[in-house]
Amino acid sequence: MNLDNRFTSYHLDILKEIGNIGAGNAATALSKLLQRKIDMKVPSVRVVDFDEVMDIVGGADRMIVSVFLRVEGDAPGNMFFIMSPTQASRFVRYMTGDEAFDFNTPPYSELAISSVQELGNILSGSYLSSMSDFTNLDLYPSVPSIAIDMVGAILSYGLLELSQVNDYAIVIDTTFVDDVAQGEEMKGHFFLLPDPPSFETIFTSLGVPTDET
Amino acid sequence: MKHDFVVKVGIADLNIVHDPAVIRTSGLGSCIGVVIYDLRAKLGGMAHVMLPDSSLAKGEHIKLAKYADTAIPMLMELLRKEGGKTFKAKLAGGAQMFQFQSNDMMRIGPRNLEAVKKQLKDYGVPIAAEDCGGSNGRTIEFNPSNGALQIRTVNKGVTEI
Repeated sequence: MNLDNRFTSYHLDILKEIGNIGAGNAATALSKLLQRKIDMKVPSVRVVDFDEVMDIVGGADRMIVSVFLRVEGDAPGNMFFIMSPTQASRFVRYMTGDEAFDFNTPPYSELAISSVQELGNILSGSYLSSMSDFTNLDLYPSVPSIAIDMVGAILSYGLLELSQVNDYAIVIDTTFVDDVAQGEEMKGHFFLLPDPPSFETIFTSLGVPTDET
Repeated sequence: MKHDFVVKVGIADLNIVHDPAVIRTSGLGSCIGVVIYDLRAKLGGMAHVMLPDSSLAKGEHIKLAKYADTAIPMLMELLRKEGGKTFKAKLAGGAQMFQFQSNDMMRIGPRNLEAVKKQLKDYGVPIAAEDCGGSNGRTIEFNPSNGALQIRTVNKGVTEI
């Protein structure tokens, strides 16, 4: 199966729209939860090799705070919510009121870990429910798992499934920005990496044929 | 970890270096960094192995450096071509970053490690040292002039095996 040949820019635009709807809802949920303005950038859909996946969020070596979960149901895949330690610390401080909390200085309190996990729960839930409404597919998130480590060590998990089929990934990437504090450090990413067979399912559900090239 | 010549190995990739260059791969999670070296020839090779077995491949084209059972034969061939004769190996990686029970893929670290060790045994390459398992990512750098493998983690700083 070669995705490059079968999918046109039209298909990628559809994936972009899914990212738009999903992450739009997730950003609204995040704004409500934190009672802060969260801006979302127009999503990008990238067809990239594995090293480039790491580069999107700053390279394999960089330390990040991430929530990872499996998308289960009709169109399985992987979902990541990725933040810099500085940004994640801000979110934890907003949620817990613990002004001294910092992901740059371990060990982390259980409250901090579970608040990031809950953040992942709410965001993935709202992303998937809107994607589900749009596509009429049955989609639900697994229990989220959190890791604070290097980009490469974390994101490679999201590539395992598709690496058995391809040497590249289709990443539906949405950037969100905490409005209070601008700058590169304040950017977060939402990644959706559908398993290879899921693309067919998604396009079929929307009535878009995939065999025309 | 500062050197003049650093050869970088990406995910599912491999390469070799001669002294005075060093070779590095970043962000190993469940993947294994396999280093095979010949100290006398001051020659070292590194593979960033992602999956245990090329029979898992569902695509038409197989990237040899991705799988333990194809990466190690390829690395051995390259090293022999460059004059390597007596080999040893050092390993790092194979962690379990997430605690999922539902998916077999999530326990890939130990499976990768087992597959790498089997290949090394088949080639008769002894393992001089290893730092595998756990739940943390690793960035590794190998120096073929003295056979030292430096391992950097987020929380424990730099160690050497």
